[in-house]
Amino acid sequence: MSRRTRGIVFGAGALGLAALLLWGFGGLPSFGDFQGRYGELLAKSAVPERHATETVAVTTFDYRGFDTLGEEFILFAAAVGVLVLLRIQRGADEIPAEAGKRRPTAHSPALRSVAIAFAGPALVLGLYVVAHGHLTPGGGFQGGVILMTAFLLVYLAGAHLREGGIRPIVAMEVAEATGAAGFTLIGVGGMLLAGAFLENFIGLGTVGSLLSGGDIPLLNVTVGVEVMGALLVVLGELLDQRMLTRGGDS
Amino acid sequence: MSFLPYAVAAWLLLVGLYGVVTSRHLVHLIVCVTVVQASTYVLLLAIGYRSGAAAPIFADIPRSTPVVDPIVATMTLTDVVVEATVAALLLALAVQAHRRFGTLDPDELGAMRG
Amino acid sequence: MTAVQAVALVVVAFLGTVVTLARDPARQALCSSVFGMSLAILFFVFQAPDVALSQIVVGAVALPAMILLALSRISRREEARKRGR
Repeated sequence: MSRRTRGIVFGAGALGLAALLLWGFGGLPSFGDFQGRYGELLAKSAVPERHATETVAVTTFDYRGFDTLGEEFILFAAAVGVLVLLRIQRGADEIPAEAGKRRPTAHSPALRSVAIAFAGPALVLGLYVVAHGHLTPGGGFQGGVILMTAFLLVYLAGAHLREGGIRPIVAMEVAEATGAAGFTLIGVGGMLLAGAFLENFIGLGTVGSLLSGGDIPLLNVTVGVEVMGALLVVLGELLDQRMLTRGGDS
Repeated sequence: MSFLPYAVAAWLLLVGLYGVVTSRHLVHLIVCVTVVQASTYVLLLAIGYRSGAAAPIFADIPRSTPVVDPIVATMTLTDVVVEATVAALLLALAVQAHRRFGTLDPDELGAMRG
Repeated sequence: MTAVQAVALVVVAFLGTVVTLARDPARQALCSSVFGMSLAILFFVFQAPDVALSQIVVGAVALPAMILLALSRISRREEARKRGR
């Protein structure tokens, strides 16, 4: 089908779709007039039932916790998919790196200094957002991405992670798997200790303190670790693993 | 005027689809897919909004204030991160397609061999 | 609907069009970063700060980074192929 024919067919289809959408949206309640009872019920019962002030976090990890488990595994599966796609026959026709030498990634001192200066605060901010997920906006998903950017800044500065015995990309894969497994294990713990999968089995604590909310802080930590691991694995593969090389190069 | 959020969601959907259909570069196509994803976020949050209500966080407001719906916020929140990872998967597919076919033009993929 | 919400919606629609019409993928990655920030402001004005935070870190940081990295990997392969020819 030539481009023109495709354009004409798309134009006709788009007009039909636009008409359907406008007709459908016209039947929605007017903006600002949402009548959902379920949402009101959750907002009223989040604080007394779970002692956590962040209703969205309580909904994510308690009332709709099973959906979050599914979405976390979508993340995991997508990261595994990227690994599989990019590791097949890698390097057959790419520029071979000179043995023992590694090009520095940042040529400008301004980029290096700014990136190194922000890597530490980004790490602290990420940990803060993960830890306070049940009190203020934030949580595992957002904090995990902020933690990932902290490591990305280290790469941008031209430095790279030095490791002890494990290669850093393996450490990130382990982190991703630990996060996904941790979420499931906490759910199983709920099943064994409290009767239902993902049921709370830890004391609830006082509203507003850091250790309140039952197992929501733990779930936040596992999700944060998993998101950070998944995104670093994906970025590491796209960078051809140059971000997480062995220590000792220039 | 209160139809504007729904109109913007429909517009983003159609503009993204137009970009996908008329794209000449796989990576451009993938970014247009993210525009289509953004239209779903706008629609979800527009549905759950209540006029004059506050955010559903009770850290410093009394528990009886009306708040917007927390469920659509939950759905959109996990949606954002997951769809970025799906976009990463699509980008990996594009990299492999370039490796296999030597071109990133969607019209010519599958026509060249080896 | 407040004026801020209306302005944010119009800006989002405009930037979405800009992202689609930018044909060069590298330029489009930066346009998509700005689009992500405008979406975050829209979510904030819709009283959903969690979603706004998520959109900021993902749509303005992680997604453009992934796009640029994929582009650089593709262009590296192009270079290698041209060199090997």
